[in-house]
Order: sequence, then structure tokens, then C-alpha cells
Amino acid sequence: MENKVKSYLLKIPGQTDNLELIRNFVSGIAKKVGFDEEDTNKIELAIDEACTNVIEHAYQHDESQDIDIAVKIDYNKFTIVVADRGRSFDMDEVEIPDMSSYLAELRVGGLGIYLMRTLMDEVDYHSKPGEKNEVTMVKYFLKKGKKAKKKA
Amino acid sequence: MNDFIVKRKDADDVSIVYLKGYLDAHTAPDFENALQDLVDENRVRIVVNLAELTYISSAGLGVFMGFIEDIRNKKGDIKLAEPNDKVFRVFDLLGFPVLYEIFKKEEEAIEKYRSS
Repeated sequence: MENKVKSYLLKIPGQTDNLELIRNFVSGIAKKVGFDEEDTNKIELAIDEACTNVIEHAYQHDESQDIDIAVKIDYNKFTIVVADRGRSFDMDEVEIPDMSSYLAELRVGGLGIYLMRTLMDEVDYHSKPGEKNEVTMVKYFLKKGKKAKKKA
Repeated sequence: MNDFIVKRKDADDVSIVYLKGYLDAHTAPDFENALQDLVDENRVRIVVNLAELTYISSAGLGVFMGFIEDIRNKKGDIKLAEPNDKVFRVFDLLGFPVLYEIFKKEEEAIEKYRSS
């Protein structure tokens, strides 16, 4: 089976006014490879939440820092890796937010993480302290009872 | 560049806020300012018309959450009207339909204030 991965890379300053560009880049690729509107929208929101967390928490609005976004397409899945060189945090400590502490969750990026986990099939977080942090999000092409058309 | 525009219309004691474009971490402060103005003027019977809102993230949802308690304590409310499917799905993911009244038409939201 062909195991070729195609990568699309974006290196972009970590500023909130770049979020739209980031969304357009990633959702554009999602559409191109055949995700339907609903899945494309989920991917779009997930990348927004991931990058907003980097800007607000990892970089704390330091606009001199870049975010590295890699979109990888292989035979069965769409993978986004968001890498930053800012402060890391322990994703495993984040639980499902409860609405009464919504604002508290918003402040610490918990809502974004909850959304990412709900929108994507897999979300993993790796941190090399002092070097870089990476969030990897995956959405599979094929679903139960529904065949996605994958175009290269 | 106007990627997000907030407009407001006052109709007696109800204020309707119209959102156009995308509501994310970059544009959320504009919406926040509009709601703050209303609260400062004690205009707390608010309808947010979402017909032209094309996108919302948790930053946008957070603006609503930042004001709702204070507004309800002042006997007001924020009612939502005319979200498109994409925006409604995001609301649904975070439990908004339980917290907010969401109407298909602006007129219905305004009418809800009149009849209560």
C-alpha cells in the first residue's frame, strides 16, 4: 500500500490577526482532499483553537514568535501539527470543562482543548521544555457508514 | 480591513446587535466593546442577530459568557437570533442552547421580551 505523505507547511507570526489566514490555509487543504463541509468546519475550528492557545498561553501575545503549522496527508488521515517555542502546559491536567467554570476554562485554554478533542479524532500534545511544544491533531478520512472521497 | 462589523439598533427598551463576518480571538474585543457600551447605558434587553455571522470560535463564545451573568442580574438577557447551521453547531458543542434562548427570527426574540 502506498505510504506517501504529502506535507503542506505554514510558518506564520503568532498574532490573532493571522488566525483567519491560518484557518483559510488549513481548511483549504481539507476541502481539496475531499472532506465535506461539516468536517472542514470542524478542522477549521480545531486549528483556530490550537493556534489561539499558542498565541495566548504559549507566547502570551509575544508577536515576534512564529507558529509552525504542518498539514500532512496520507492514505487514511489528515494530520495537523502545530508547533511553538513558548511556554508549555500539561494537557493531561485539563478535564472536560463544566459550564459554571466556563470563564475560568476560557482563561486557561481549557475550552479550546475540549473543542479540539471533540472536533478531531485524535489530539496529542508533546513538549520538549525549552525547545518546542507540539499539538498533533488527526482526522481520519473513512468513517463508519460513510465513505469520504479522498482526492490527492 | 473590515473582517468583522458590529452594528446596533435600539428599539424602545430592546437593543439589537448585528454581527457580520467572523468572531474569533482577534475580533472578539469589538463585540465585547459593543456589549460593554450597552451595559454602561443600562440597556440590558439585548438580542444578538447572527444572520451574517459566518464563523465563531471559543473566544467569541467567551464574550457572551463574560456578560451574561451581570446582565441577568440586572434583569436583562442576551437572546440569540438567526444563527446559521455552522455557527449553531459550535453553540451546540458548548451547550449554549441550554444557557441561551435561540430564535429563528429576530422578531421572535424581541417579542419574547415584550411578552415577559
